[in-house]
Amino acid sequence: MGVPAGAAAYLDAASAVPLHPVAAEALVAALADGWADPARLYSASRRAQQLREAAQAVFAEALGVRVDEVSLWPSGTAAAQAAVLGGLAGRARRGDTLVHSAIEHSAVLHAAARADAVSVGVDRAGRLDLAEWDRAVSAPGVALAGLISASHEVGTVQPVAAAAAHCAAAGVPLFVDAAQSVGRVPVPPGWSMLSASAHKWGGPPGVGVLVVRKGLRWISPYPQDDLYRPGVPGAVDLPAVVAAAAALRAVLGTAQAEAVRLSALVDRIRDRVAATVPDVEVVGDPVERLPHLVTFSCLYVDGEALLHALDRQGFAVSSGSSCTASTLRPSHVLEAMGVLSHGNVRVSLHHGTTAEEVERFLTVLPGMVENLRREAGM
Amino acid sequence: MIELDCLGQRCPLPVIALARRIRDVAIGEVVRVLADDPAAANDIPAWCRMKQQEYLGSPEADAFEVRRLS
Repeated sequence: MGVPAGAAAYLDAASAVPLHPVAAEALVAALADGWADPARLYSASRRAQQLREAAQAVFAEALGVRVDEVSLWPSGTAAAQAAVLGGLAGRARRGDTLVHSAIEHSAVLHAAARADAVSVGVDRAGRLDLAEWDRAVSAPGVALAGLISASHEVGTVQPVAAAAAHCAAAGVPLFVDAAQSVGRVPVPPGWSMLSASAHKWGGPPGVGVLVVRKGLRWISPYPQDDLYRPGVPGAVDLPAVVAAAAALRAVLGTAQAEAVRLSALVDRIRDRVAATVPDVEVVGDPVERLPHLVTFSCLYVDGEALLHALDRQGFAVSSGSSCTASTLRPSHVLEAMGVLSHGNVRVSLHHGTTAEEVERFLTVLPGMVENLRREAGM
Repeated sequence: MIELDCLGQRCPLPVIALARRIRDVAIGEVVRVLADDPAAANDIPAWCRMKQQEYLGSPEADAFEVRRLS
């Protein structure tokens, strides 16, 4: 039994994927079996400890790392911020500069605000400027570099392997925020830290995974517990962690086939939106992209009005337009790319998305855009 | 040169005003848009690129100049 997405066509997987049916089953089972404190000495505690170890082993195997390099956090945001702050603290003797791409998730940018941060730009397609990255990480005083594996807003896959090679040459550890990639596409090696978020792959919300490779000095930004293990102080939500691991194992089993299926739907959206909506810009790299995510901007259209119009028809999508942001600022990702920020729609697909839902979206979109433009006097 | 006062207007209104009023100037003439929405500095150059007009830059804060090319 899966949990319904809540809307007729939920197309915002990049924010949260509906709970995978396997995760729902594992969650119910772990609520009965995984409630005890894993650090105690009785049998219920040992069961909880076994569940925790099994879950960590799933994460370690999926990410190709040792089990003791994996720590669990209350969200992908918490994991990413722990990577940045812990990595900077551990390398304080080398400097206090954090080099990051201009298109990092805001969670990373907020953590970066604690450091002497250097932002490296991207091209019109949203791909990292590697020459500028090389210069930035090679400068004196750089403690850490941070790069998102693929843009959560426009889908462009970043040159992680090449960026990691520049970091290695400069002796700077690389943190990769892999929230949009884990469970869908492989992340190239070469990083020292990686974070991921379970509700992006069909696990429950409230589970973040952080990998800190051996050899990297990482100092927790929080007070430590008696066990001196890396990780958030206090109890983790073990049933959610178990469910997250079950979901990850399930989606990795079908990831390649799903990537092919969703990528074809994204190609269909890219082609049809460009063909049927006048004055539209489909943004992000058309080829070097995530399989499940596509973003476009419609000239003369209020992004918030378009989101509401789509919602009334049962479509859940998100937008990088300023009118939809709590800050009333346009998306820093769209700004960094220099592409239109108003009338922006991000569509992201998941295991439950059908070709029929996509066709229905493509059928209603042109008329909605036309209506909004007419109302605006265009 | 004509000047469009779009101060206080939220995007996409300044871009809509620019698209409508640029028809009123001759090819080669300049339209100056006054806009303080944070998206204007990004979206006016993007509009110029999409509609083949020339973005001349921002001579002062909250002011953007566009030359009509077509």
